[in-house]
Amino acid sequence: MASQRDIRRRIGAVKNIKQITRAMQFVAASKLRRAQDATLAARPYAEKLDEVLADLAAVLGDEHHPLLARPEGGTRLLVVITTDRGLAGPLNTNTIRFALKEAAEHEGRLSAVTVGRKGRDALRRTGIPIVAHFNGFGDKPSFADVTPLSRLVSDDFLAGTYGQIDLVYSTFISTLVQRPIAQRLLPILPGPDAPGVPGNQFIFEPNPATVLRRLLPRYVATRLYQAILETTASEMSSKMVAMKSATENAEELIDDLTLSYNKVRQANITREMIEIASGARAGR
Amino acid sequence: MPFRLEIVTPEKRAYADDVDFVTLPGSEGELGVLPHHAPLISILGAGELRVRKGGVEESFAIIGGFVQVLPDKVVVMAETADLAAEIDLERAREARLAAERVLEAGIVEPVDLAQARAELQAAVVRIRVAERRHREGPHRRG
Repeated sequence: MASQRDIRRRIGAVKNIKQITRAMQFVAASKLRRAQDATLAARPYAEKLDEVLADLAAVLGDEHHPLLARPEGGTRLLVVITTDRGLAGPLNTNTIRFALKEAAEHEGRLSAVTVGRKGRDALRRTGIPIVAHFNGFGDKPSFADVTPLSRLVSDDFLAGTYGQIDLVYSTFISTLVQRPIAQRLLPILPGPDAPGVPGNQFIFEPNPATVLRRLLPRYVATRLYQAILETTASEMSSKMVAMKSATENAEELIDDLTLSYNKVRQANITREMIEIASGARAGR
Repeated sequence: MPFRLEIVTPEKRAYADDVDFVTLPGSEGELGVLPHHAPLISILGAGELRVRKGGVEESFAIIGGFVQVLPDKVVVMAETADLAAEIDLERAREARLAAERVLEAGIVEPVDLAQARAELQAAVVRIRVAERRHREGPHRRG
């Protein structure tokens, strides 16, 4: 049996761990609120762009922009979005497993762009070629951060390197539920024309094709930005839950250790008493 | 009769209110919108957006935007939209200097060059909008 002092030392260590996991839980909780707000705040812009794109699509055909062109085969690119840091529960594992499933179901050539260090580390071991990697968007990604990524995928798509580009990331559904999904990024599939003024009744200035040309790169950037925001919100909530259960585990462990500490202490006292008593009897 | 004006950027909803009149930096020149304008979708240049509401005028520095005009609603989608009163002139001037320095240095990657140009343009627009506001103050017009 461990000595009294060993157990006391372990209790001290577990208490330190508990303090750290608890602090991380609260930090994640406050960052989660910010990430959620950012995700919600980004929505109106994205919805509006969708609407204008649908209006444009009602006036123009597919042939007006290569970002809308339907592909004929070609390499498929997966943009896998994960977090830079771990200790976020099963979040990254789930996203990566989902990405690998997508990859396994796809016949033909496939490449990946990774966002976040965890995804890169995992995909490296699978043999899927990683053509580019981005990280360090931090807890508060800004729209400008996404520009290089967005330009890279748009340019490569326009150059004909890829026939289809999909995003794999974790959607934030609630604090307890985050679900990995695959979403088409390019070629763009415009939604149905929104209710209200039909697309063909708008005046386009200077003309529909020019508006479209300006709109599409922003549309791609916005989709990427939203996916990264969702991943950040998922990261924070997953981390919060993981750290909460770590804190609870630490508490349980402290209780168990305290119990064995008391048992050992009691055993020691009893033993000393017996020694004293038998010593006294021997001396008589 | 007022109409709804919304200014949205990728990061936030910058403005949403009922207004009387709005002037936009259209790609083909200044674009004034009164209620019951014909449906319009236009590219916006980098420039100043002015809003009049109940005789008070406010202005925004708008960069990289579009506008969708509906009969009862105007929606501006812009990459950035800064309220004139909230623009930090000092910082904008520093940004202009930094961008100019990059452009003068000459040897830069095409991507950096494009970014420096964009930053220079953004700084210039912000400075113009903020300076006009400082000169004239938040004024009232009939």
